[in-house]
Amino acid sequence: MTNRKIGRGVAMVGAGMSRFGSFPDLDTRDLFVDAFQDMRQSVDKGLDPKDIDILYIGNYSSDLFEGQGHTAPLMADWVGLTPIPATRIEDACASSGVALRQGIIAIASGMADVVLVGGIEKMSNLPTEEVTDTLATAGDVLYEIPAGFTFPGFYAAMATAYMHRYGATPESLMQVGLKNHDNGALNPKAQFGMRIADIMAKKKARAQQKGRAIPAWSDEMDFLHDDRANLVIAWPLRLFDCSPISDGAAAVLLAADDIAHRYTDHPIHIIGAGQASDVALHDRPDPTTIGSARRAGRMAYDMAGVTPSDIKVAEVHDCFTIAEIIATEDMGFFEPGRGYVAVEEGLTRRDGPRPINTSGGLKSKGHPVGASGAGQAVEIWHQMRGEAGSRQVAGDIDIALTHNVGGTGQTAVVHVYERRN
Amino acid sequence: MSEHRFTHTLFQQHLDEQKLPGSRCRNCGELYLPPRPLCPNCHSGDMSAEMLGGQGRLIAFTAIHIAPTVMLEAGYSVKNPYFAGIVQLAEGPAISAQIIGVDATQPQNIKIGSQVQVAFIERSGSEHRALAFEVIR
Ligand SMILES: [Zn+2]
Repeated sequence: MTNRKIGRGVAMVGAGMSRFGSFPDLDTRDLFVDAFQDMRQSVDKGLDPKDIDILYIGNYSSDLFEGQGHTAPLMADWVGLTPIPATRIEDACASSGVALRQGIIAIASGMADVVLVGGIEKMSNLPTEEVTDTLATAGDVLYEIPAGFTFPGFYAAMATAYMHRYGATPESLMQVGLKNHDNGALNPKAQFGMRIADIMAKKKARAQQKGRAIPAWSDEMDFLHDDRANLVIAWPLRLFDCSPISDGAAAVLLAADDIAHRYTDHPIHIIGAGQASDVALHDRPDPTTIGSARRAGRMAYDMAGVTPSDIKVAEVHDCFTIAEIIATEDMGFFEPGRGYVAVEEGLTRRDGPRPINTSGGLKSKGHPVGASGAGQAVEIWHQMRGEAGSRQVAGDIDIALTHNVGGTGQTAVVHVYERRN
Repeated sequence: MSEHRFTHTLFQQHLDEQKLPGSRCRNCGELYLPPRPLCPNCHSGDMSAEMLGGQGRLIAFTAIHIAPTVMLEAGYSVKNPYFAGIVQLAEGPAISAQIIGVDATQPQNIKIGSQVQVAFIERSGSEHRALAFEVIR
């Protein structure tokens, strides 16, 4: 693995997103318009859309979710960007993290000065069984899916292997969900803008209203152990261990460092980028780590010239609670087998020494799969510029990281960000 | 089998005959399950057929309650969950498969490291046999 550098510096000069959630009346294009408008408002000195040279759209499967192929030119049209090149990037749930990388490559190569990176997904049109089937196509349809695996199933298998090796418990996993719901409650764009305690209170109120027996949960852990309120999806993962079915879009504006000043005096430079691929889960030597993420992380750290201890805030791919624990180990924040202890000790809370997923993560913010990677960059944009409102992490957020995984790690993409003023 | 290409069609034909086929690279000696036409290790295309014995060890598993369509059609459901897992064969390669022989409503009764034996199961809704492993101990 050669230690490469970005040939021409690249910076984020704007970032925005739609709300994430379930929106029966909105189509993908509407969500992308929302993200585009939010991005445009974030550009300090304004953006003339004519400046944009290329549009990359991360999208997993508009074909299966919506019966719509060839989505990138459609998105270009709906925000008035035709006739610029518009290309869709697909790497499952890492689609828009990879689209971000493609945008960096385009600028670094000199083929573009300004690139718009979008991420889109509309999942809620389909019933749950069909969403389950569609997500499973990110695995190997010939050799993994016939075993009966679903997407939660793959991560549940990683969880049983992890628990067996390191002694973590289903309760360790629940702590990730509790933390991310605490964060998401402070994010106005999040699908679940509620702490788990708030969700419990709402369910109790609804039961009372409908004249049903009021559930007698003593606390959050009692609620999370209730098979009816928190059903098992793929043991040991329950509903509140899984990211939801979501609709949403995100948009990130990239510019070459040498022209970034046209858009803002406070750009966020992208100083490290790594991506890797891997084989099916069963062909890997160790199901308790994601090798592609480790490799992508090393590439990004080496390129940036930083180490895990330099990272002040990180958005990692918590499609399932176990995934966040493994991610924090793969990114070098904790030793293998210590990630679950770190969560139990509160180290990854927003006010802890190692804030993870301040946005609420995919768990609480929502996981419109093709939009999630770009959505992570949006949170980093806000946190690094001190614009994250009530969920702002204290201190000087000068270096940050995003970690975005496709499938069970057949793809992983990592970026390192720097604020210089 | 060596006169055939190492395709998924060939793999499924063998499952239907209750055999577990792999392929071995004649250049570097690496063994693959399912059989592959090209060695990812050394990129040689000189592969020979090799049947696997079907003894293995469970390395990861889950009890699936929210099932995909193929398993719903086979009769599984929230009330009737099943195990999916990863098995490492005695010969070395590992593969995904359904895991049988333990009640999936009691996932604590299955242990990683358990010895398993290949089974070629019939599922309602499919004319083909599916790969499974039965927990022995
Ligand atoms: Zn070979």
